[in-house]
Amino acid sequence: MVKKVGMEVSVAIGEAVKLANADVIAAYPITPQTHIVEHLAELVADGELDAAYIPVESEHSAMSACLGSAAVGARTFTATAGQGLELMHEVLYVASAMRLPVVMAVANRALSSPLSVWGDHSDVMAVRDTGWIQLFTENGQEVVDNVFCAFRIAEDRRVLLPVMVHLDGFHLSHVIEPIVFPEQSVVDKFLPPNKYPLPLHPDKPVTMGDFAPPITYPEAKWAQEVNLRASKEIILQTWQEFGKAFGRHYSPVESYKTEDAKVLLLTMGSFSETAMTVIDKLRGEGRKVGLVRFRLWRPFPFEEFRQAVKDAETLIVVDRALSFGGPGGPVCSEVRSALYGEAKKPKVVSFVAGLGGRDITQAGFETIINKGIEISQKGSQNEFEIFGVRD
Amino acid sequence: MQNYNVYVPRLVTKKDTFVSGHRACIGCGEALAVRLACKALGQNVVIANATGCMEIVSSPLPTTSWKVPWIHTLFENSAAVASGIESGLKMLMKKGRIAQQEIKVVAMAGDGGTSDIGLQALSGALERGHNFLYICFDNEAYMNTGIQRSSATPFGAATTTSPVGKKSIGQVSWKKNMPAIAAAHNIPYVATACPSYPFDLIEKVEKGASTPGPAYVHILSVCPTGWRCPTDLTVRIGRLAVETGIFPLYEVENGKYKLNFDFPELRPVVDYLKLQGRFRHLSEDLIAKIQQRVTADYAALKEKASDDEK
Repeated sequence: MVKKVGMEVSVAIGEAVKLANADVIAAYPITPQTHIVEHLAELVADGELDAAYIPVESEHSAMSACLGSAAVGARTFTATAGQGLELMHEVLYVASAMRLPVVMAVANRALSSPLSVWGDHSDVMAVRDTGWIQLFTENGQEVVDNVFCAFRIAEDRRVLLPVMVHLDGFHLSHVIEPIVFPEQSVVDKFLPPNKYPLPLHPDKPVTMGDFAPPITYPEAKWAQEVNLRASKEIILQTWQEFGKAFGRHYSPVESYKTEDAKVLLLTMGSFSETAMTVIDKLRGEGRKVGLVRFRLWRPFPFEEFRQAVKDAETLIVVDRALSFGGPGGPVCSEVRSALYGEAKKPKVVSFVAGLGGRDITQAGFETIINKGIEISQKGSQNEFEIFGVRD
Repeated sequence: MQNYNVYVPRLVTKKDTFVSGHRACIGCGEALAVRLACKALGQNVVIANATGCMEIVSSPLPTTSWKVPWIHTLFENSAAVASGIESGLKMLMKKGRIAQQEIKVVAMAGDGGTSDIGLQALSGALERGHNFLYICFDNEAYMNTGIQRSSATPFGAATTTSPVGKKSIGQVSWKKNMPAIAAAHNIPYVATACPSYPFDLIEKVEKGASTPGPAYVHILSVCPTGWRCPTDLTVRIGRLAVETGIFPLYEVENGKYKLNFDFPELRPVVDYLKLQGRFRHLSEDLIAKIQQRVTADYAALKEKASDDEK
């Protein structure tokens, strides 16, 4: 029997990692991720999870230890947020380039300075190009489910790439939600033991992490790109298998009330649920609005995204990060680029909102939608609109 | 010496796991040290190597000089990577996913990767008590990037970032005492070694690798390119470093100091300094200052060792 329990989402992630039977966890505390690793440390201390917990001295070392652990074939997990993700930055590139299947939960947080422990997507966007598979989640159940999927995708022989599971700091990491946990046997069936093809072991010595002169470097990088793009197929298969086994379904771009919608709002992360409530309200008033969300951020789901927005007239993108001096929110600039060559495409309006944990309320989303429609009709001098900020 | 081929193979294995074909400079003391260390480590080992000379010369894709499992990731994290390897192997053996056997985990880095950029990761790994050996191959500057000073560069040495000039004598700080820093973590085994004393080096690496818990071996590696010395003097200069007391060979076992080579009288430091272009500019006053410091440091070490012997 499956159990449904009320639990803090961070704690639930720890439980999911336990069900996934991780071998090694290397982590460093940082708000708002800390409860995840605290719970894992507790599970290891109580003997409920048979894993090595390495209490490293920095996030740089956390990810570095993860490299070593994944390279010997151990199932490896870590979690971080904000500054911690930034301190890991150079190590993230190595994890993906060396095809090491580490799974990491990121409780998305704003970046200093000024110091802010609260949520936004500045940390994610700064690691956009590190070659990791990146998934976004909107509620506790989705995080738990996608932790299982992340391990299976990462360790799939055809993929062998690290996976980040993003959840909004505080707005999701610290809330208590009802979560369904599967039986251990069901998880075990869905997630077979990690069989890393060429682990570091004296029985079969391998050299990992060579230095590449110009004669070999571009081929190595191109192989990585081809591999990351090809992983989408396996991600889709994994979600399908997950749906069959667990009855909950995920797709790269998720649509909410988009049939016949003239205006689409685009969000990522936990604010999407607030946005849905607003869509319900506006639909009730007879307005043809809908919502699309990126579940899969890397590899970017070009086809699914184009398909999801092709019939709309206006697409309003809400970013939770700034690209200083740039063309608008980072998500919006990717969206614009993905649509540029399309014959039939919506007008795209860019908003940046919800920085450093500032809430976007239902009224806020309604204002964004109304203002977005106005801008798409009348145009604007601005590359993007900043929402809810005092002058 | 004519019997060299007869007796040496009886003392040292002929089997190499760091093999020829690498691109180290002629006369490289570090390549020699790595080769000897690898002889000591044998086949059942996993090595995590930091970025640096030895990594660059040994692994240009798609070639390798390593006949043991070897991983390089970044500059400052070899101790952290080794932590993950050690924990991963331990768990996989505990869970029966790989066969139970002794696999030594070794981190290798240069002096920059150890005493500067990698110090934090090293300190963390030593403090956490991982069962691994960390070897620092110290050639006293960032040689891979072209002879820049590190905190392990000795006083008075000219490097490209501690150049000699009208207002500069070269490096103005004294060499950071890394073995003492490692020993301050209260780990079971710390030692210094030099490939000019190959049997001592091999013994120490063996000892470090078989010590349960963290071990640290600091190996002085003569660098003719960076030290501006003739390439055929690598071994002799290493011996002089020891005989002058500039780089004494000692062990710290469970906190107890032991001087492995003592000399009734130390040779004057000038014998060591004068063979190297990096010290060519030193005045007699500065040489006297170095002599004073070396004499005092050596005496302090000797006292520590004799106290611990009692």
